[in-house]
Amino acid sequence: MKTILGREIPDYIEGYGHVRPFQGAFSDVGVKTRTAVKLTSVIPNDQKVLSSLEDALDKLNITDGMTISFHHHLRNGDYVLNKVMERLAARGVKDLTVAASSIFPIHAPLVEHIESGVVTGLVANYISGPVAEAVSRGKLKKPAIMQTHGGRARAIESGELHIDVAFLAAPTADNYGNINGVYGDAACGSLGYAVADAEYADKTIAITDHLVPYPAYPIEISQVFIDYIVQIDSIGDPKGIVSGTTRITKDPVALIIAKRATEVIKASGLVREGMSFQTGAGGTSLAVAAELKKIMQHEGVAGSFASGGITGYLVEMLEEGLFRSLFDVQCFDLKAIESYRDNPAHQFMSASMYGNPHTKGAVVNNLDIMILGATEIDTDFNVNVTTGSNGVIMGGSGGHSDTAAGSKLAIVVTNLMKARLPIIKDKVITVTTPGDSIDVVVTERGIAVNPQRGDLLEKLKMTNLPLMTIGELKLLAEKITGVPKGVETSEKIVAVVEYRDGSVIDVVRKVSSVS
Amino acid sequence: MEKLRRTMLFMPGNNPGMLQDAAILGADSIILDLEDAVSLTEKDSARILVREAIKTIDYSQVEVVVRVNPLDTEFGQPDVDMIARVKPDTLLIPKANEEEIKLVDKLLDKIEKEEGYPLGCIKIIALIETALGLENVYNVIQASSRTVGVLLGGEDLTADLGIERTKEGEEIFYARNKVATVCRALKVDAIDTPFTDTNDYEGLEKDTAKAKGLGLTGKSAINPRQIETIHFVFAPTEDELKRALRILDAMEEAEKEGKGCCSLDGKMIDAPVINRAACTVDQGIRLGLISGEGGAR
Repeated sequence: MKTILGREIPDYIEGYGHVRPFQGAFSDVGVKTRTAVKLTSVIPNDQKVLSSLEDALDKLNITDGMTISFHHHLRNGDYVLNKVMERLAARGVKDLTVAASSIFPIHAPLVEHIESGVVTGLVANYISGPVAEAVSRGKLKKPAIMQTHGGRARAIESGELHIDVAFLAAPTADNYGNINGVYGDAACGSLGYAVADAEYADKTIAITDHLVPYPAYPIEISQVFIDYIVQIDSIGDPKGIVSGTTRITKDPVALIIAKRATEVIKASGLVREGMSFQTGAGGTSLAVAAELKKIMQHEGVAGSFASGGITGYLVEMLEEGLFRSLFDVQCFDLKAIESYRDNPAHQFMSASMYGNPHTKGAVVNNLDIMILGATEIDTDFNVNVTTGSNGVIMGGSGGHSDTAAGSKLAIVVTNLMKARLPIIKDKVITVTTPGDSIDVVVTERGIAVNPQRGDLLEKLKMTNLPLMTIGELKLLAEKITGVPKGVETSEKIVAVVEYRDGSVIDVVRKVSSVS
Repeated sequence: MEKLRRTMLFMPGNNPGMLQDAAILGADSIILDLEDAVSLTEKDSARILVREAIKTIDYSQVEVVVRVNPLDTEFGQPDVDMIARVKPDTLLIPKANEEEIKLVDKLLDKIEKEEGYPLGCIKIIALIETALGLENVYNVIQASSRTVGVLLGGEDLTADLGIERTKEGEEIFYARNKVATVCRALKVDAIDTPFTDTNDYEGLEKDTAKAKGLGLTGKSAINPRQIETIHFVFAPTEDELKRALRILDAMEEAEKEGKGCCSLDGKMIDAPVINRAACTVDQGIRLGLISGEGGAR
């Protein structure tokens, strides 16, 4: 069976089930249903605070084959997933599916649980580090399911991803389950990725190291969704959770790419009153924000909102009046956390509100300009951010496909060559985001517009920007790097890449050279 | 039309990544450096790397200048011999004096003949960084018809003079004047010394404006992030361009009417004013700020 992008995928994948192939970004829309939630009502004088994690695990009665979930707001400083898994393993529970919104290098102990059969399934929007390598080596019994941020919220809300127990790391919680991420040693700001888990899991437990008198304030996730609260010594290492400050890159090539991307934005006509913008926290992405800021100031334009993961740099733009508001699904640095806590214009956004295609309108639908990264791009503009050039998993969509689909202008910014490898290929190893959603690719040596965007191409022709076809851009890189040998894969599928609507856009196969 | 040399960007000759990207950083000229940026133990490998870079990488958008080692060292002549054979646009000769320039000129004559290149195709820029070189700069330039410019090396010059090098640069006031005047007299480019604080853009802008104000025609850079500021200073402003275009229009009108001289806004326009306006318009065209027909874009 083939997807609309021509990727060969099986009808049925062992450990995943029947495959619904990707048929286009907006092929699966219309009337949708949310699943009903099972809950145990709480009456006066019921106590929600449990004495220890052990006590909580007794109460939760986690059995073989269940799905348990975690959010990734504590990023590479998260202690909660490891602590919970260690105890579950000690209890002899097997065959668990871990649905974590993202997996980081700190979650390396999960590899052992995968090898021992405690964990046989993994659902995540982004996987990096030792777990990603283990999945790529085929150690996980079932294929990992790689979703998007909006797609995960959709899957949970629709019942497609049923969570038996959600473990919510809570930087601050009260004894009745009101939670926020803005106070406490492990403060991380917005808890946008945890909302669907809290609302739809059969059982929800808040794990905190900062238990405050009732009521906690502000409330990001409310008491009505929380069954239990448990206090532990520490839920995370602040150093791994947020960076102190986010700095604009000094890399001259990244700055050139950023400048060109900003000129593309300007030429597109989208620098206007009420414009909206999103970019990542990476070097080049953030540099685009810095360049855009100059243009917005020069033109005297104030935007409506910036969204996504929020950095101090976007906070500065908010404070300088360049945006009226921020939509924040996660905070990347301390400045963002402070602003999110103190400034009402810096607003909360759940993953569902952010990018779920099956809602009455996600924030990405109102996004004008989106700056995206890429590990590889092909001549059909398909983007891979899931696997590296060696075919091994090193990331995932996160909000990539959500924002690309929603935004009016989706710009991929990337070096034309990374290390000694060309970035543009005939076919990407893994499709994460379909080329239809990508409008333009900006590199330091040339800019390629998706032929479907003839209107944009016409506007860019009026500038001095170095326009090329994507094929020309590919040849330009290959002239310097040569054509790399393709990655050889085996038949074994180690991960299924779901598009935001739950259809399968691609699969990741085990790389032959990886044993 | 001759290439502009508003910015000449130094790039270490022993860094493959930087050599690969050198052409796209926006500088008018890149100086692939075999001298100060390269340690003694890497001189030979850097020489080979720069040779291969020139052979392999598309540098057609920029002027490729190679700074060879001083001719009185064991590396200088081998540098010239290996690099000239892959035909860089220009060689930058450090600690330049008449003898060095004459020697390089001779070496290049020989190499161009052996390689079948047009005679004189490889140009020379003299790096003036000694008191002797500065005082003799007129003769240094005259020493070879290949010489297209002078680059003032402020750090080495002040060391040679035994004086302190400061951010304000008053100590190189005379040197800048001298280089600018002689270069203008001999119609070659006068390139200013780099500004070494790569994070001080305000300081860079002031320093560049100072150099431009004294008649230097471009500035060397030691970091790609300095390029934009230098170009900004050296570009004619919109007002300057408009005024220059009006001056040339007025002159044209006067010529049509058979008048020997003319005036604009009540002021007499004489030959120096016209020459300056022509230079400004020429630069505006080269920078793409106005079209060849003179219309502002």
